[in-house]
Amino acid sequence: MGSDKTPAAALRAAVRPAFLRSVPVMAGYIVLGIGFGILLRGAGYGVLWALAMSVLIYAGSMQYVGVSLLAGGASVLTAALTTVMVNARHLFYSISMIDRYRDAGRYKPYLIFALTDETYSLLCDGQTPEGADPGLYRFLVSAFDQCYWVAGSVLGSVLGAALPFGTAGVEFSMTALFIASFTQQWIDSHDHVPALVGLLGTLACLLLFGPEDFLIPAMLAITFVLTALRPRLAGKGAAG
Amino acid sequence: MTGSHAAALVAVMAAVTALLRFLPFLIFRGGRKTPALISYLGQVLPQAIIGMLVIYCLKDVSLTAAPFGLPELIAGAAVVLLQAWRRNSLVSILSGTALYMLLIRLF
Repeated sequence: MGSDKTPAAALRAAVRPAFLRSVPVMAGYIVLGIGFGILLRGAGYGVLWALAMSVLIYAGSMQYVGVSLLAGGASVLTAALTTVMVNARHLFYSISMIDRYRDAGRYKPYLIFALTDETYSLLCDGQTPEGADPGLYRFLVSAFDQCYWVAGSVLGSVLGAALPFGTAGVEFSMTALFIASFTQQWIDSHDHVPALVGLLGTLACLLLFGPEDFLIPAMLAITFVLTALRPRLAGKGAAG
Repeated sequence: MTGSHAAALVAVMAAVTALLRFLPFLIFRGGRKTPALISYLGQVLPQAIIGMLVIYCLKDVSLTAAPFGLPELIAGAAVVLLQAWRRNSLVSILSGTALYMLLIRLF
């Protein structure tokens, strides 16, 4: 990809920064994956189902919802509509990555497929380490994250409820990941209006629509307000 | 439920999720230039979306019942301060999570 390095040297230059970048997601994905595997086994679907879902769907909250769809014998149409509702935010992530992933070449299909909330939060600042092929680096970060998720799912399914329950609260690592990303982007940017629109707009929608139905109104409100603010924000270097 | 119906449900969930992720790329692949509005949204949306995800993670925290969201508030504030001070995501996230796990056992 425009690099004069040998493939092995290119891989070496990218693998270490990519792994370090992915570490914050590791604990959360393994724990949440284990939770998913346990739930799925409880619904009567064993390790091959856990493996297939985590490899093919690879969307955390959707897979948790999927367990109840499977357990409740939902129709194909219900499953399709539920997936649209739960995962509509991914349209959002993709829209904001169109330019960044434009030249990712052969890595692009997987980068798009594997764009989860957490991987998005690791890659959305657009920064890549010096000396590493950006496409390869992003591919590796994405692939490390999916490995953690798949490993957790399989582990949960195999170990079942035999795990000791000393892990309550580890799921906060996901929240902490987003708070840390938010703080870093706040420090790096000159204009905090987009961050505040996202934070306060979503909070307002949560209060208005309740915890079950606020996400889609929040996404529409954010897009609408940011579009309306474009004359003020565009070209001011709002991006981090 | 039959195994084949379950397999169909998994296939549909996988296909619709992938469709949502690929759709914007498919729509805006023609030509080399992304529409100006989409480029602009690509610049400002990441910060807004991370703000949205913070709220999304905290959506089920109850402020009216004990412990009144205090573990989330204290651990969340610790993450902000550590990140502003050390600028190291790994340190902020691991410390904040450890603090949270401690707090929910204390409260």
